[in-house]
Amino acid sequence: MISIIIIILGIIMIAAAFYAIHSKSLLSAIISAGVISLLASVVYLLLAAPDVAMTEAAIGSGLTTIIFIFTLRKIKKGGLDD
Amino acid sequence: MINRIFILLALLGLILMFLPFLKDFDFHDQLGDLSSQYVEGSINDLNSQNVVTSVVVTYRGLDTLGEVTVLFLATAGIGFLLRTKKRSKKSRKSSELLQTASQFLLVLIILTGIYIFLHGHLTPGGGFQGGVLIATAFLLLILADANVEFNHKVLHLVESFSGTFYVLIGFLGLLLLGMNSFLDPTIIPLGSFGKLLSAGAIPVIYSLVGLKVGSELTTILDKMGGE
Amino acid sequence: MIFSLILGFILLIIGLYGMLTQKNLIKIVIGFSIVDTGTHIIIVSIGYLRGKTAPIIDNAVDLANAAKQVVDPIPSALVLTAIVIGLAVTALMLSFIIKLYHKNRSLSISDYQELKW
Repeated sequence: MISIIIIILGIIMIAAAFYAIHSKSLLSAIISAGVISLLASVVYLLLAAPDVAMTEAAIGSGLTTIIFIFTLRKIKKGGLDD
Repeated sequence: MINRIFILLALLGLILMFLPFLKDFDFHDQLGDLSSQYVEGSINDLNSQNVVTSVVVTYRGLDTLGEVTVLFLATAGIGFLLRTKKRSKKSRKSSELLQTASQFLLVLIILTGIYIFLHGHLTPGGGFQGGVLIATAFLLLILADANVEFNHKVLHLVESFSGTFYVLIGFLGLLLLGMNSFLDPTIIPLGSFGKLLSAGAIPVIYSLVGLKVGSELTTILDKMGGE
Repeated sequence: MIFSLILGFILLIIGLYGMLTQKNLIKIVIGFSIVDTGTHIIIVSIGYLRGKTAPIIDNAVDLANAAKQVVDPIPSALVLTAIVIGLAVTALMLSFIIKLYHKNRSLSISDYQELKW
């Protein structure tokens, strides 16, 4: 049962990874990288590592995505203003 | 074009390197000697329910200290790279909903973070997860108002005090229990198994790690997200 | 779990491919974070033991022979710290990118050839 769920999640993750690499839009690439991390946290939970799952859900899919988006916003605005 | 071919050849070589590893990988159905010693030591010597916590804080405690140092250095690097001389005052109003909700949710999210790192030795979670939750509470403030100003004195004070006390607790072990006991949690009485006040100094150390990670990540978010 | 091991390797290869072929600096960092996730999945799946529970000793686990009922705690502890380090390194790389963009007004790696030979 666990193997089937991991295979399904893995197919979605690999598709999201290809989309993140080949997408023309930077925002879509960032969001799909976040999706990979979110699904990875489910995989960790199935592999009986709840501590790692919590960390990955909070850091990998939350803060990393936000930091990428902040960077994108700073670049769209034309860098720093000093 | 020639580049693309070389890259594909390199990746193919990497895959060929991995394949024997995958083929000969044998799955044990028993824990190794070191791991079973950690599990039994966590129950009998440390009174800590969460074995991952006792590995992170005690058995591999020096590595965690080094890891927190790397986090500090990365934060210092970001603060150095993204320093701004003046903050622009053109404010971009976010929606009413976000502003009201952020005032209400801030305290709740910080309390959840504190709960998670205080119960690090009982339930999944600990200093890193709790610290990240505290940082997300301040992220909500940044999203609600991009010009929000944090009190940098307080942030730096919390960060440096938690780091200093972390190292001091390590040296306290050396002082009280003799050699080979840097970061030993048995300097505080161990308490009974499964209660909040158990596992000696592990909750104290993990709370300090939580405060340190929280303040450092808040600084990173402030530097990256501030306008 | 052999499937998650294979999944980790595939993610690692895709991330490396992205890092080597893409020209955009932010795309390279995205590839790095995919490599990061793949490596973590590999390490965690090495520690998995079939049919055993998480290394948290509560009522579900028999205290007397707990070591026979839980998965390996060491890979979890390693990955726990590696994820936090990964975030800090990613943030540092992104702030370098902001600084580079501010200096040269370009996100393409082809415009930064000072050290190319």
